[in-house]
Amino acid sequence: MASKGIKDAVAIVGMGCTRFGERWDSSTDDLLIEAVGECLTSAGVARDDVDAYWLGTLNSGQSGLALSRPLGLDYKPVTRVENYCATGSESFRNACYAVASGAYDRVMAVGVEKLKDSGFSGLLRADPPSDGTAAELSLTAPAAFSLLDPAYTSKYGVDPRAMREAMTHVAWKNHVNGAQNPKAQFRKEVSRETIDGAPRVAGRLGIFDCSGVSDGAAAALVVRAEDAYDYTDRPIFVKALSLASGPMRGGLDPDYDFTSFPEVVHTATDAYAQAGITDPRSELSMAEVHDCFTPTELVLMEDLGFADRGQAWKDALGGDFDAAGRLPVNIDGGLKSFGHPVGASGLRMLYEAWLQLRGEADQRQLADPRLALTHNLGGRPGGCVSFVSVVGNERG
Amino acid sequence: MSGPAVGLIGYGAYLPSYRLGGDSGVRGRRVVASFDEDATTMAVEAARAALGTEPTSLWWASTSPPYLDKTNAAAVHAALRLPSAVPAADLIGSARSTFAGIRAARETGGLVVAADVRVGKPGSLDERTGGDGAAATRPPVSLDERTGGDGAAAVHFGAGEAIADVLGVAGETLELLDRWRDPHRTTGEQWEERFGFERYADVVRSVAARLLEEAGLAAADHVVVTSGNPGVTKRAGSLVTGTLSSTTSPIGFSGAADPLLGLAAVLDVAGPGETVLVLSATDGCDGLLLRTTAHLSARRSTRPVAAQLEGALPVPYPTYLSWRGLLERELPRRPEPDRPAGPPSARAAEWKFGFAGSRCTECGFLHLPPLRVCRACSAVDAMETVSGAELSGSVATFTVDRLAFSPSPPVVDVVVDFAGGGRTTLEVADADPDGIAVGSQVELVFRRLFTAGNVHNYFWKARVR
Repeated sequence: MASKGIKDAVAIVGMGCTRFGERWDSSTDDLLIEAVGECLTSAGVARDDVDAYWLGTLNSGQSGLALSRPLGLDYKPVTRVENYCATGSESFRNACYAVASGAYDRVMAVGVEKLKDSGFSGLLRADPPSDGTAAELSLTAPAAFSLLDPAYTSKYGVDPRAMREAMTHVAWKNHVNGAQNPKAQFRKEVSRETIDGAPRVAGRLGIFDCSGVSDGAAAALVVRAEDAYDYTDRPIFVKALSLASGPMRGGLDPDYDFTSFPEVVHTATDAYAQAGITDPRSELSMAEVHDCFTPTELVLMEDLGFADRGQAWKDALGGDFDAAGRLPVNIDGGLKSFGHPVGASGLRMLYEAWLQLRGEADQRQLADPRLALTHNLGGRPGGCVSFVSVVGNERG
Repeated sequence: MSGPAVGLIGYGAYLPSYRLGGDSGVRGRRVVASFDEDATTMAVEAARAALGTEPTSLWWASTSPPYLDKTNAAAVHAALRLPSAVPAADLIGSARSTFAGIRAARETGGLVVAADVRVGKPGSLDERTGGDGAAATRPPVSLDERTGGDGAAAVHFGAGEAIADVLGVAGETLELLDRWRDPHRTTGEQWEERFGFERYADVVRSVAARLLEEAGLAAADHVVVTSGNPGVTKRAGSLVTGTLSSTTSPIGFSGAADPLLGLAAVLDVAGPGETVLVLSATDGCDGLLLRTTAHLSARRSTRPVAAQLEGALPVPYPTYLSWRGLLERELPRRPEPDRPAGPPSARAAEWKFGFAGSRCTECGFLHLPPLRVCRACSAVDAMETVSGAELSGSVATFTVDRLAFSPSPPVVDVVVDFAGGGRTTLEVADADPDGIAVGSQVELVFRRLFTAGNVHNYFWKARVR
C-alpha cells in the first residue's frame, strides 16, 4: 500500500533561492531573509499573508525560532524539520500537506544551511551520545558513497577505467551545466583531465567527484491549486510527493550489494503511481537528482528508472543525461556545481524545476518542458531517506 | 594447597605486525604496536590465543596501563566474554607485577596476561649515523626505543590436563635504582647498566639455585632470563645455563610481557618432560620452574612467537613518533570524534567489547550489531546472543577514507560478510590501502579506534588474513 498522493491539490506560486557558495559575508539569518524576500516578491505576497512556515535545516538552527527570530514573525506557526540531506524536500512536503489539509491557505517552505562557518571540510554530524562503534561515526560521506564504485564494477563486470570515465563525465557535465547558472557555487567548466587527476578523497573519488560544500537558502510558497492563478499565470502543480525512510538493512544483510538504493526505488515507484507516470524516460522533461558524489548519480539513473541495470555508466558516457541528451539531469549544475547547503538543496531542485517549467531559465532553458522530477537523498548506501517529487506546469 | 593440582593448561603470545623502519637507524627488528594498540588490546589477543577453557580468575599486568582508577582487566574480561563471576584485576607498575599474577594463578587457577607498549625517548641523529667506530662519543642510547619491544603473552593455570606442571615459584627482592619512571611521563630512565647487573647477578643465581634444589634438579633443560637491565640479558646465557637452551626475551625488553614472551617462545619448541626455568630480574628476581607434559605438543600455540616475528610491516620513523605522541602531525580538517559515552557503552558491552550479535530465533538472520527487531522477518525480541569474535569473513566492498579523522590516516573501511551469515562495516587494522580487494578474507581483532576526552574507544577491527 503506497501513499494516496495529492496530485494537483496544491501549487507553487512563488520561489526564492540565494546564490550558493562560500558566503563569508552572510549569516544564516541573512540567507533566510534573502530567500524568503525573493520568494514573497516572486509570488507578490506580503509577509503577513503567509499563514504558516516550515523551516528545514540540518545544523544551522533549532526550532521554529530559527526563522521567526530573523524575520521578526509575529506568532505564526513555524515548524523546524530535519531529515538529513533531504531536509529541504521535507520542509516542502510538509508545507504541501498543510495546504492540502485545508488548515492554511498560504504556506511557505524554507530551507537553509550555513556550512562554511565551521572551518571543517564536508558535513558535520551532531550525533547523540553513543557507544562509539558505528561505522557512520567515523566514515565520511565521500567514503560511504565511494563504496558504490568497487561494488558496481565488480557486479556488472565494468572495467574500473570505464567506470572512472563515467564518474568523470558526471562531474564534467554538472560543471558544464553549472557554468550557465548565475546562482551556482562553481561557475566554471572543468576539464576531464583535471577531474580525473584531482587528489583522492575517498576510494577513487577525487575532490571533483564531491558536491560543493556551501552556504545558501531557498523558499517556496505553496497554495491550493484552484487559487494558484490568483498569484501567477504560470504556477507549477505538485503531481507527486514520496518519502521513504529505510530500515538500514543494507549494512547488516549480505544480500544487499551496494549497487542500488532500495529507498529510492520505493519512492520513485510511489511517485510515478501518484503522478500517473508509466514511462518516466519519455514522460519526464528533466530531473534534478541527488548527485552528492558522482557514483551516486550513476546509481540513481538506474533506481529512478532512467537507465537499465548495469547500463547507467554507458548511458552517461553516451551523453543521455547531458543538457542536450534524452533526459537532462541536473541542468542547473546539481549538488556538484550549484552546491549543497543541506537544508536548502531539496528546495533548490524545485527552484530549477520552477524556472524551467515557467521558461525562465535563460541560457540553460530547455525546450518546452512539462514535467520535472526532483530527487533528494539523506543518509548513505545501506540506509537512507529518499524523497521524490514530480511537478508540472499543467493542472490535470 | 587443597583441591586438584593446578598446572599450566594454556599459553599464548601476541606480537604486533609493525617493525621500526630503516629510517629509524635501529638495526634489527624493533617490534612496534600500531597506533590503535595498547596493553589492553594486545592482552586480548594474547588471551584469545591462550584460552581453551574459561579461566577462574583474570590477572592483567602492565607497565603501560591505558587507564588508572579504572580496571583495565575489565575490558579484557569483556572482550573475552567471561562470566561476571570471574574476578579480574590489574597488576600495574613494573615487570615484577607479572609474577604477582603467576603466584596468585598457580594457587587458585587463573589467566595471567601481561602486555606492554614500551616507549623510549627518540634516538639522536648522531646515534643513527654513528658507526661502531664512533662508540666512544655516542650519546646515551634510548633503551626502550632502540632495544625494547611491544607485545603481550598469557599463561593459563588450571586444574585441567596440564601442558606443564609447576615445580616451584620463588623470588627475592632488592631496593635498587636501576630503572624508574615518573608516573606522569611515558619514557623512563636507567642507571649505568653495570651497576644493576652486578646486583642482579647474585639474586638471579640465588633464585635459580633455590628452585632447582627444591625440585631436586642439577640444572634445567631450558633457561629464560629476562630483565630491563641490558647487562643481565646480554649475559643471560652465562648467568644460569640450561642444558638444552639458554635464552632471553625474544623481542627485547617488553616490560611486564617479557618473562611470559620468553616462556612462550620456549613452550613453542620444548619437548615433553623437559624442565623450563623462567627468571625475571626486576628489583630482585622472580623464578618459575615448570616441567612440560606429553600434552604440550598437541596444544602448542597456533601462532608461535618465531612465526609472529616474521612477515612484518615497516613503519616509517616519523609515523612511529606520531603514534607515540612524540611528534604532532597535521590532521585532516575534520572535527575530532566525540568520546564514547558511559551508559550506551555499558548497555552495548557485549557488542562493543565482545563482538556479540543477535540471531533471530524465528528466521535465523544474524544481526551485527545486535538488534531487537529482526531486519529480515520483523520478529520482535526473538533473539539469541551469538559470539562473533571468532568469525571470519570476506570483503563485500571497501574504501580508503582520506578525509576521516584518525590518529593515523587514511582510514580503510570494509563491509564484511561473515561466513555463515551476518554483515557489518569495520575499520581495517594494520591496513595496506593497496592490499584490499572485493573478496579479501578478514578476521577480527580487538583495537582502540581512537581516544577522545580521555576515553579510549575500544572496538573490533577487521584484519586481512
